[in-house]
Amino acid sequence: MTALGKSELVRLDRVTCSYGEAPVLVNIDLSLSEDLFTGIVGPSGSGKTTLLRVMLGTTRPVAGTVARQPRLRVGYVPQVESVNWSFPVTVAECVLMARTGGRVLPWRSRAERDRVHEILQRLGIEHLARRHIRELSGGQQQRVFIARALLSDPQLLLMDEPTSGVDVRTRHEILHLLGDLHRDGLAIVLTTHDLNGIAAHLPHLVCLNTQVAGQGRPQDVLTPEVLERTYGTTMEILEHAGMPIVLDRFERSADLVELRRNRA
Amino acid sequence: MMDELLRPFAFEFFRNGLLVATFAGALCGLIGVYVVLKGMSYIGHGLSHAIFGGFAASALLGVNFALGAGTWGIASALMINGVTRRRVIGADAAIGVITTASFALGLALFAIFGRRGQSFDAALFGSILGVSREDVWAIVVVTAMVAAIVFLAYRKLLFTTFDPEVAEASGISTARVDALLMLVLAISILATMQVLGVTLIAATLVIPATVARMVTNSFPRMLLVATAIGAITGFVGMNLSYHLDVQSGPAIVLVGATLFAVAFAATGARGLRRTAEWP
Repeated sequence: MTALGKSELVRLDRVTCSYGEAPVLVNIDLSLSEDLFTGIVGPSGSGKTTLLRVMLGTTRPVAGTVARQPRLRVGYVPQVESVNWSFPVTVAECVLMARTGGRVLPWRSRAERDRVHEILQRLGIEHLARRHIRELSGGQQQRVFIARALLSDPQLLLMDEPTSGVDVRTRHEILHLLGDLHRDGLAIVLTTHDLNGIAAHLPHLVCLNTQVAGQGRPQDVLTPEVLERTYGTTMEILEHAGMPIVLDRFERSADLVELRRNRA
Repeated sequence: MMDELLRPFAFEFFRNGLLVATFAGALCGLIGVYVVLKGMSYIGHGLSHAIFGGFAASALLGVNFALGAGTWGIASALMINGVTRRRVIGADAAIGVITTASFALGLALFAIFGRRGQSFDAALFGSILGVSREDVWAIVVVTAMVAAIVFLAYRKLLFTTFDPEVAEASGISTARVDALLMLVLAISILATMQVLGVTLIAATLVIPATVARMVTNSFPRMLLVATAIGAITGFVGMNLSYHLDVQSGPAIVLVGATLFAVAFAATGARGLRRTAEWP
């Protein structure tokens, strides 16, 4: 394996992972650089979350190598479905959890309080600091966990399905927020099922189904060939204002067309 | 009336028992917060039963109870922790096998070799008879030690309890934190077994924390409220135990259950929703 390039944060060389017998990831080659804002798309069970965990370092590959920049700071935002919303923590307490090193005393120092306030203010949720995490909307909850990830001042932000279960407006807000963070110099990798609402808007995509089926700009990888390799089904691509729009077979099925015609 | 209430305080065995019950309640209330929030109630129940095997073996062999049952309990705790973390086989089934087998072994040893040394009934249901000054000091030391661990490892324990995956990614060794929690749980059960009894310890771990969760949304406040509720139930339960002539374990648990009913009446469905398990 060659040394990491100057702007490379993480590189995976022929990485294979498995939980038991069946491999979840096979021979993954991937390079994440400082200026990357990428989306990982693929069907359920395609290994998206495992790939994030490999980058994070919490899952070890059974074969291949993962190289990380020394002392790389990584922030991680888990799927909201995995969060225990009944847990008794306020927004500020939740964000502060990420501060694990140094101070032992349970209560916040003035510096920590100021830092939490600064991050919450940056994400527009400082007025929610004392609220219980369950009392927030989907978008606010997502912002809390982004704030927690930002507390360690990461170079790389990994996010698992940041827009699952949120409405269109919230999805736009999260996408704009991530765009702002990326412009401020943060490398971002997120997984998503949303090809049109999220993936098509990102500068770079990785199509994954146990193996990398394709990677590059959305207009280069959101093609019928790559998507068929990724999802195992035929899809059609339209173009609107220079952006690809993915239509699956169901959208074009004869029954649906007939139904629409009858309604019209 | 007042004279009647104060009468048992004239007896040293009662004063000792009351101190042990109050500290035992506070200790179980404190550690119970983590047990409840991590969904480990079943582990607490199982571990107390597993320790009974060590209790029986140490009584039979004439080995010091703290040494024999302590070694047994810590080994069981680490074994349960290992099984739970591995997630290869059903953890609940594996824990069920380990703990009930240990409990059954204890019962069999008592049946074959008779009930020697420590009281069999006291181990099962709790008793204040025979609580010595040394027992009081032991529970005070264990409570202080557990409180110090919770204070010093507060941030790591909180993060690991709430979000183990991200805690691990943030550089916390969640395996070590989980093992520490299991050790603290095992030591707490050992220290409180005589007064509470193995069959009822789980309730004293769960009830104060559950009631505390029903009345607060703040983690540090939940720790304080659960500890206070545990201490109060231990104190009141021990007094009731004397006046109603029932074993200390059932009396303490019934006081806790009454507090739960009061909290439920006061907070209703809102309080119960807070304690709902996450998917």
